[in-house]
Amino acid sequence: MTKKFFKNVFALITLSILVLALTACGNDNSSEDKGKTSSIDAIKERGKVRIAVFSDKPPFGYIDENGKNQGYDILLAKRIAKDLLGDESKVEFILTEAQNRVDVLKSDKVDITLANFTVTPERSEQVDFANPYMKVAIGVASPKKAAISDIQQLDGKKLLINKGTTAETYFAKNYADIEQVKYDQNTETFEALKDGRGAALAHDNTLLYAWVKENPDYVVDIKSIGDLDYIAPAVKKGNKELLDWLNEELETLGKEQFFHKAFDEVLRPVYGENVQADDVVVEGKSK
Amino acid sequence: MLNSGINVLFEGINMQRLLMGLLVTARVAVFSIIIGCTLGTIIGVIRTSKSKIIKMVFRIYLELFRIIPILVWLFVFYFVLPADFNINLDAEIVSIIVFSLWGAAEMSDIVRGALISLPKHQVESGKAIGLNTIQLYWYILIPQSLKRTLPSAINLATRMIKTTALLVMIGVIEVVKVGQQIIEHANLKNPTASFWVYGFIFFLYFIMCYPLSKLSQRLERKWAS
Repeated sequence: MTKKFFKNVFALITLSILVLALTACGNDNSSEDKGKTSSIDAIKERGKVRIAVFSDKPPFGYIDENGKNQGYDILLAKRIAKDLLGDESKVEFILTEAQNRVDVLKSDKVDITLANFTVTPERSEQVDFANPYMKVAIGVASPKKAAISDIQQLDGKKLLINKGTTAETYFAKNYADIEQVKYDQNTETFEALKDGRGAALAHDNTLLYAWVKENPDYVVDIKSIGDLDYIAPAVKKGNKELLDWLNEELETLGKEQFFHKAFDEVLRPVYGENVQADDVVVEGKSK
Repeated sequence: MLNSGINVLFEGINMQRLLMGLLVTARVAVFSIIIGCTLGTIIGVIRTSKSKIIKMVFRIYLELFRIIPILVWLFVFYFVLPADFNINLDAEIVSIIVFSLWGAAEMSDIVRGALISLPKHQVESGKAIGLNTIQLYWYILIPQSLKRTLPSAINLATRMIKTTALLVMIGVIEVVKVGQQIIEHANLKNPTASFWVYGFIFFLYFIMCYPLSKLSQRLERKWAS
């Protein structure tokens, strides 16, 4: 009975895929449309540039108590809207989660992803990254009372990780023997550390600096492991027009030290004096 | 110290944002429950049919929604369809579609179970007084089976309300996500914010789900007499 049942399920799935494929052929503009919904002309015609940002990751992208988007990524997003469409209010923020950043581009939900998006080889196969505007490494935060200053100390302990981050890939590849507890959302991961559900938390070091400054019971005793990574805006694979425009824009912004100013405005108050602008900021030049 | 976190709820327009989030949650839940239960009742009746093909098709539909996690369905409808087939739907519409299909699948099984649990003489007496099939279902079987479906249907409805917390994964900003935004923003200055915000969200879910339980109790009592 079960064998027959699975056969039936399989047949139905095949059938539904076929039906979907047929309906998709029905509106045959699908192939033409690829990349076009986010072409510069299309954006100008729409009068709004759609940018994927975070809504709960201060200081990069968050929402303040008045319901307004704020943060380092948001400053750049508004500037892009101003230079592309002439007004910084002509940006539509699409709020996204870490693990959806590739998908929102692939499925044409947004034109640009500006969500603290670290450049990795795997991601580069799926989206096109522009020049970087920040650099980051993986750090490990732990309680002051039981500070973790070396990876070896994590043997037999639980490490908390956010799904879809570079920390997840790094630890899965290099330290698979450390027990890793993974969460979907930042909030949950940091809550878990506070609740003692793990000995330490691995994440981008910039995010950790900001967090420990406000949670003085915790320290970032492993400041940088793995390679230095870059954070860059991303567009849909193959959207060369928008990519070229972004690169040019980032270089122009670099010349006027836009990102140092942005650092002073939104990052310095959060990181405190432990972090210098040159530690995290890249002025829009290609690597 | 612990009390200071409660202020977060009243800072700026935070309260308004939470209630707007609740509205999104309620909107998706209410539409899905209405569509799901109506569709589910119809499918449930169809599934009592003797035809093997009809039985099998709906059985597969039910099993697909039971076996495959709702999250996967949301991703398929929100990300896979647009990327591969150029069908672009608003996140909230996708949520209502997926939740309705899920609700209908589960509801159909509840209704089918209730229908076949009715004593056989009900069908036979109905036929004996000359009712046709539609009349038989409409006047005799459905009213009686609805009573039996009530507890499971309410259970399903509250489950659907609570599962809306998944919607954030496809970018629907519902009440839990608004809560997380508020917590993340306030956390730096106010580490106890999470306790109060989640506490408040718990209260909001409670006032959505509890009336349903009460309603079901009252209906059961009323129908019992």
